[in-house]
Formats: sequence, C-alpha cells, structure tokens
Amino acid sequence: MFQTPLSAESESEAKVDGETASDSESRAESAPLPVSADDTPEVLNRALSNLSSRWKNWWVRGILTLAMIAFFFIIIYLGPMVLMIIVMCVQIKCFHEIITIGYNVYHSYDLPWFRTLSWYFLLCVNYFFYGETVTDYFFTLVQREEPLRILSKYHRFISFTLYLIGFCMFVLSLVKKHYRLQFYMFGWTHVTLLIVVTQSHLVIHNLFEGMIWFIVPISCVICNDIMAYMFGFFFGRTPLIKLSPKKTWEGFIGGFFATVVFGLLLSYVMSGYRCFVCPVEYNNDTNSFTVDCEPSDLFRLQEYNIPGVIQSVIGWKTVRMYPFQIHSIALSTFASLIGPFGGFFASGFKRAFKIKDFANTIPGHGGIMDRFDCQYLMATFVNVYIASFIRGPNPSKLIQQFLTLRPDQQLHIFNTLRSHLIDKGMLTSATEDE
Amino acid sequence: VEDREVHYISLQGVIGETDIDDRYGDLDSRTDSDISEIPASSDRTPEILKKALSGLSSRWKNWWIRGILTLTMISLFFLIIYMGSFMLMLLVLGIQVKCFHEIITIGYRVYHSYDLPWFRTLSWYFLLCVNYFFYGETVADYFATFVQREEQLQFLIRYHRFISFALYLAGFCMFVLSLVKKHYRLQFYMFAWTHVTLLITVTQSHLVIQNLFEGMIWFLVPISSVICNDITAYLFGFFFGRTPLIKLSPKKTWEGFIGGFFSTVVFGFIAAYVLSKYQYFVCPVEYRSDVNSFVTECEPSELFQLQTYSLPPFLKAVLRQERVSLYPFQIHSIALSTFASLIGPFGGFFASGFKRAFKIKDFANTIPGHGGIMDRFDCQYLMATFVHVYITSFIRGPNPSKVLQQLLVLQPEQQLNIYKTLKTHLIEKGILQPALKV
Repeated sequence: MFQTPLSAESESEAKVDGETASDSESRAESAPLPVSADDTPEVLNRALSNLSSRWKNWWVRGILTLAMIAFFFIIIYLGPMVLMIIVMCVQIKCFHEIITIGYNVYHSYDLPWFRTLSWYFLLCVNYFFYGETVTDYFFTLVQREEPLRILSKYHRFISFTLYLIGFCMFVLSLVKKHYRLQFYMFGWTHVTLLIVVTQSHLVIHNLFEGMIWFIVPISCVICNDIMAYMFGFFFGRTPLIKLSPKKTWEGFIGGFFATVVFGLLLSYVMSGYRCFVCPVEYNNDTNSFTVDCEPSDLFRLQEYNIPGVIQSVIGWKTVRMYPFQIHSIALSTFASLIGPFGGFFASGFKRAFKIKDFANTIPGHGGIMDRFDCQYLMATFVNVYIASFIRGPNPSKLIQQFLTLRPDQQLHIFNTLRSHLIDKGMLTSATEDE
Repeated sequence: VEDREVHYISLQGVIGETDIDDRYGDLDSRTDSDISEIPASSDRTPEILKKALSGLSSRWKNWWIRGILTLTMISLFFLIIYMGSFMLMLLVLGIQVKCFHEIITIGYRVYHSYDLPWFRTLSWYFLLCVNYFFYGETVADYFATFVQREEQLQFLIRYHRFISFALYLAGFCMFVLSLVKKHYRLQFYMFAWTHVTLLITVTQSHLVIQNLFEGMIWFLVPISSVICNDITAYLFGFFFGRTPLIKLSPKKTWEGFIGGFFSTVVFGFIAAYVLSKYQYFVCPVEYRSDVNSFVTECEPSELFQLQTYSLPPFLKAVLRQERVSLYPFQIHSIALSTFASLIGPFGGFFASGFKRAFKIKDFANTIPGHGGIMDRFDCQYLMATFVHVYITSFIRGPNPSKVLQQLLVLQPEQQLNIYKTLKTHLIEKGILQPALKV
C-alpha cells in the first residue's frame, strides 16, 4: 500500500545482509503497516548522495550512532536531574510507539475514548511510581510542605482512586460491536505499561544509587550491540537464531569478551570520580541534587592476589582493582548473554506484527524502542542485583518506618532485635548498661 | 469440533492464505459479529438434582439449582472459616489457580492455540514463578522467626528477588527460543494474555491473603458485602426491577442497584458488629514457632473496642437516643460496603463485556447453574485491592513483620547502630524503662 522509497531500499538491504528469501518475501506479500516518511535530514542526504546505497546506509547509521553517544555524554555532564527528565521522555516516546503499533494492528483509531484512556493510564501509573520514589528521596522536603505531606500519606489511596476512575471510564465506554477490539487495546495498554513504565522507574532507582550504576550497564549494552555487529560483520559465519538471521555466533562470542573487557576498563575509569560513585541526594538547604560523599568500600582500590593460572600469563603477583570492577563483570556478562534475548523478543514482536521498525524517529536506526529493546531486561537485572548483593534495606528508611508503628509493635521488634543481637554475640547483657 | 473445521475450510476458500498469522490478522480487525461463538463445555449438573427437580418447569428448575448451589457455597465458606486461617489461605490459593486455568483456557479457545509448542508448560511455569515471588515477599515476613532458624531458608530469603528474577528470566528465554515461524503473533498474544491474567488473578489473591493476615474480619466483611450485594441486587431487581442500568448487562436495573446498596450497607454494619466481638476474627494472624501453627490471640486494638458516639441531631430525633455505642470498625465497614455496592459491580460489568467480546456464556461450567469460579469472583477483585489500599492508608502504617524482616537482613554493625537509636527513642517515649532488664 505504501511503498515508499525507504521500504524498497530496505528490502534490498535485507537481501544484501543475508536474510533468507522467504522472510523478505513474506514481508513483501502481506501489506506492511504504513511506514512514516524518511526522516534523514536533507543535509546528510546531499552529502552522501554520491555513495552507493549500502554504504550510504552504513554512514547514516554511523553518524547517528556518534550523535547519540555524544548526546549521552552531554546529558551525563548536565547532571542527575536532566537524566531523570530524559528517562521520562524516553519512556513516554516508547509508550507512544508501542501504542501506535497497537492502533495500526487493530485499525482502531476510531475507538471512542481510547486514546485519552491510554494516556490517562500512563499518567496514573507514573503518578503512582513517582510518588513512591519521590517520597523516599525527598522525605524532608515532603514533610515540610503541608499539601505534599497529605499527598504522600494517602498516596496509595489517591493513586488507586485515579486508576479506578480510568477503569470505570473504560467499562462505560464499551461499545456494542467493538467489545473485542476494546479489550485488546486495554490489554495492550496494560502490558505496555508493565514493560515500559516499571522499567524506567527501575532505571531511575539505579540512577539514585549512584550514576555509575546507570552509566555502566547502559554502556555495556550499547557496546555489546556495536561489538557484536562488528565481529559479525568481519568474522560472521554461523547463524545464531532463526529469529534474527543477521546475528551470528562469532558476533555473539566476540561481543561477549569485548563487552567484559570494556566494562572492566570503564568501571576502572569511573570509580575514580565522586560524582559518579556517590548516591544522588537531595540537599534541602541548596534545594538541588548533590553527589558528594565518602566513597563506599566498593569504590576503593584494593589488592587482589591473582590466581596461579593468570600469574604465569601476566607476570604480576597482585593487582589493584576496585571491587566494583568484579561486579561489572557480572553486569557485562548479563548484558552480553541475556540482553540479546530482549532484542530477539523485539524482533519476534516486529515479525509477528509485520513491521520493520517500531517507528522512524531516528534515521537509519528506527524508533526509540529499537534502540532500547535490550536495555529493558538490563535495568531490572541491575536493580535486582543491587538489592540482593550490594546493599540491603536502607537503614534510615527502616528507622522512619519503625517510628510510625504502634508502641507495642515497636517494643516487640526491639525485643526480637535484642535477642537476635545477643544470639550473634554482638551484645551481651553487660554492654547494655551504659 | 465439526463446526469449527467447516468454518475454517470455508475461510480458507475465501481468503486463500495458509499463514495462520495472516488469518488472525484479518480476524483482529473485524467487528465482533463476524467472529464465531466458542462452543461451551457440557452441562455438569449432578444427576440427583436433575431427577429431584424434573417435575418443575424450566424457569423454576434453574432458580432452584442456583439457590441450592448458593446455599452449598455459603456453607462451605462457613466451614472453612471454622477450620482456620491456614485452610483459608489454601482455599484462596486453590481459587487463584482455578481462575488462572479458566482464563487461560478461554485464551486457548479464542486463538485455537492448543498445539502451540511449549505454551501450556510456559503459562503454568510463569504462574509458579510469580506465586513464588509473592509468597516469598509476603508470607516470609510473617514467618520471620521460623525462617531465622533454618540456614537454607535464610539464604533463600536474602537473595529472594534475585532467585525469583532468575526463574522468570529462564521462562522468558524459553519463550523467545520457542518462537516458531508461522505462529509469532499467536505466541505473542498468548504471552500477553498470560501476563495480564497473572496481573489480575495472582496479585489480587495475594492482596487477599495480606488482608487475611491483618485479621480475618478484613477478609470476611468485604467478601460477604460483595456476595450480599450480588444477592440483594438480584432480589430487588427480580421483584421491583424496571429501569435498565447499563446496556452491557441488560438484567441489571437501577432499582436493584440502589436497593442492593442500602441493604449491603446495613448488612455490613450488622456483620461488623457481630464479628468485632470475637478475638478469633479481630486479631492479626500470627505464626507462633513454639506451637508451630497460626494463632489469633491478642488485645483487640481500639478499632474493635466499643465506643460511645453522640448522634447528630437529625438521627437523635429519629432514634430517640442521645448516644450509641459502636465499634469504630463499623464506620469503616460503611466505607467497605459502599465500595462493594457502587464500584464492585464495575468488575462484574468488565467481566460481562469480556464474555460478550469473546462470545462465551460463562467462564467455565464448574459450578452448575452459576458458571465458572471466575463468574463468582469477578466482583471480588477490585474489592480485594481496595481493602488493601484502605488498610495501608487509613488503618495501619508499615507492616511490622516486614520491618523486622528487613532489620534482620542488615549487616551486624548496622543492626547495632539501629538498636542503639531505637533504644534511645523508646526510653525517651517512656515505652522502655531504662532500668528494666528483660
């Protein structure tokens, strides 16, 4: 239906890149979803007009990659607040892309109310999550202002009420011949919210833990993408999975080793700077975010004995590393081994709904979702990793919660803690008397 | 089965495609009327009932079956309450698994996807994972003392999130690896269907269990209010019903709705009064390690102690009393009953819309005369979430067992610091005597 020059070109590109004939054939047969117009800026088009179409595409991708990486560095420089805003914008754009695909799949632009309802649900869920996060980190600020205090005390109730209103509006908007479509869009919206919004909030949690927990995982995923592509380009031979014919085992394994090394180097560089390593805190006096602290044990150089095997290879007895670098090996391993499954999932999704890209926001790359599909599992993994291995529950938060309990509950907890400490030998009856 | 085959042969002739994804692609964008009805499973009314009622006309026969089954279900409910909280937990778990099974089976029938590779295994696996995660988070808190003793359990609790996430990931990767060429869309649909079902059934059943642990009254009064609203709205509609309420459910009427509302508020008020007297219902459920069982024994909180309220003037004139003694909980029960009557039905409308959308009469045929388990529980879902949110916002602050749990996970130095801070605080507040040696 909409055979734009871009889609014709991409078909030939697909054949060049080694996709099997039947894949591109089946794509050409069924009507593809209408692709938006080519967004490549005119200036780039003219500059590259001489080159052949394959190299032109490569150059466009390359330039845009560098532009995105440069953009990333600028934002890191600007600080945590701007990063939070960017994460929020990326989340909204991803949501919009996936919902638009849903509309296209079900031809449901004309469903009454539905676009309003989708955005309303996005707002509700964001309100709920931001409320929970903000209350924790901005505790003193919230306690000072009366309206904020009430909002935070009854936060869950208010969020639930808002959600309920949306739910009731959905039920009231059910129209006789369109029940199934409406339920599909309702389900589609909720699954999208589950994926996009929860993950973006986990990203922000990671960010507050310390910018290094935000930057290293994201960079590892990007590095793995690029390295796997390069290794596949130069050495690629054995296909990895039927779902993505362009991926190869050589690319996969090469990307894995390259990413682990990259992760080690990057964490070494970043662990030296306080602004990356310290948890982000909101300073009440200056009313802004500060990253100033005494770096924890994780970010102090320590001596490690090299096991015999590697000693003979490198010729050193000990090496000085940050403990964080060992964690970075775990993060890079996840990014290289499991991260690609997020990419396969997105590929399967695109094939299922017969779309080439999620959208055409970034020329040469596709939509924002195309760039972030591998990141989603990563954000959850980092959050779970931090919660399980790095820090336990937040002690000051626990004290806050303790102070809101009833006296008898406080006494019960106090006594249990006391017997536990005595069991462990941290306390004896003698040290009680101070 | 024969009807389905005929339908698909004709469809193939018209469209001329073999790709299953494309066939469903067209079905997706068609309006409801073009889609065939899903065949219902066979009638499961027991033989004895059928024989006993064979004399009556069909309308009364149906009424009698529904009535008998209603009474049976209510008696079963009372029996399980008598047997205690542990049995109630098992019951909730059983209902959750059955509801999940019913909704997934509907998904299979809608998409004719019985033969998808791996998919049934994967759905049950995801159910197991999510249950493991939730049971670990909630139930482990309550068993804190029991857990502290066993080393392996300690390990499982400490790394609980990581283990749950790893289990879920294994399922996710299996799903990706199981994607088969011509069935991508179907497989994604079933994946999404499973996740939405999990979101609805599993999270809500865990909220129910958390409400239960708060005190059995928080479990009984909401559920009874919803059941009462169902029954009284039906009765009021049967005798006085005239103005239809919503196009979605033509059998509901405004008279039933309003009559049900008032009767439910009164019922909730009375039920709260009766139940508030007994420690068995009012006390939080605790697990005592010495007796290795659940106990409900405590000093009832202020919520469950009679207090006198002065009546506002217009009620004074009506009731001719200056004061009345009520449990404060009864006032909360008004809020719960109001929600059950006004918003609860929306859960029912949602389920009705769902059944019309997928052209099924009932979710399943488990209960003769009533349909499936989901048919009975559709209004309960919103209620469980509301009660949980209500409790956390208005009744109590954070969960004490969870605070204790988290304290025990900290590093020993941190625990010592916190211990000292708490001690100072408690002495200041006079809760702890400085000279006391416990």
